[in-house]
Amino acid sequence: MEVDQMQRQCLDYTKSLFLEGFLDGQFVQLQQLQDENNHDFVVEVVSLFFEDSERLLNDLTFALDQKSIDFKKVDAHVHQLKGSSSSIGAQRVKNCCIEFRNFCEEQNIDACLSCLQQVKQEYCHVKNKLETLIRLEQQIVAAGGSIPTMEF
Amino acid sequence: MTAMGNNKISALIVDDDSIIRKIHKTMLERLFNMEARTAKDGKEAVDLCRSGAKFDVIFMDREMPIMDGVEATKELRAMGVKSMIVGISASASGEDFVAAGSNHCFEKPLDLAKVELVLGLHPNFST
Repeated sequence: MEVDQMQRQCLDYTKSLFLEGFLDGQFVQLQQLQDENNHDFVVEVVSLFFEDSERLLNDLTFALDQKSIDFKKVDAHVHQLKGSSSSIGAQRVKNCCIEFRNFCEEQNIDACLSCLQQVKQEYCHVKNKLETLIRLEQQIVAAGGSIPTMEF
Repeated sequence: MTAMGNNKISALIVDDDSIIRKIHKTMLERLFNMEARTAKDGKEAVDLCRSGAKFDVIFMDREMPIMDGVEATKELRAMGVKSMIVGISASASGEDFVAAGSNHCFEKPLDLAKVELVLGLHPNFST
C-alpha cells in the first residue's frame, strides 16, 4: 500500500473513532504534542493509560466483591479512572465513570456492579481501537510517511 | 510576578495521576515553552516550595491523597508564596479553591485554551 493510501486509511479510521464517540478533542491535543523530538509521546501516554486502567479495574472488581463494600474506596478508584480517561480523550469510558460515581454515592450495589461491567466493556473497546490506530500510524512511519492530523 | 533570567515561565503541575502529570508537563513545555516540574500531591508541592523552589504558576489538582489542592493552596499562601495558583477541579465549583487563595479555578481537564486564558490574564506573561 502506498504511503498516502495508508495515511487516508488512518485518517478515516481516526475520524470514525470520533464520530462513534470513542475519542474526543483531548486525544487530538495529545497528538498535537507529538513531534520529531517526542515521537513516541502518544504511544507512551496510551500505554500508561492501559496500565493504569487495568490496575484500577482489578481494584474495582476486588472492592465490589467484598462482603462489606467500602463505597468511598470504590468511588476513589472510579474517580481516578475518570480522570485518566478524560485526559486522554477516552470519552465513553469517562462517561461510564460519571454514571458509576452517581451509583457509588447512592451506595447502589447492583447498579455499581452493572456499571463495572459496562466500564470494562468500554475500556476493552477503546483499547482495541487505540491499538489498531497506533498500528496504522506505526506502519505509516515505517514506510517513511508522517502521521496525518485531524482538524477538530 | 516576572519570569526569571531566561524569560521562560516556570510551572509546577500538582496531580496524583501520572498520566495527567505527563500530559500537562509535555503540553506546557512543547506548546508554551515553559519549564515545568511535577509533584504528586499537595504535600510534595508544599515541601518543594518550602525548600526554596520558585514557580511563576502552579496548576493544582483538587483531589489528591495526603494533602489535597485546597489545603495545599492555603499552606502555600500562608508561607507567603506569591505564584499564580490555578485550581483544577473535577467539578465546576471552585469557590473554596479561590477562598483558599488560588487566582483561578478551572474544570478538568486542563487544555490549551485554559492555559492560554490564564496566561492572557496576567500582563507579565507573554506567550
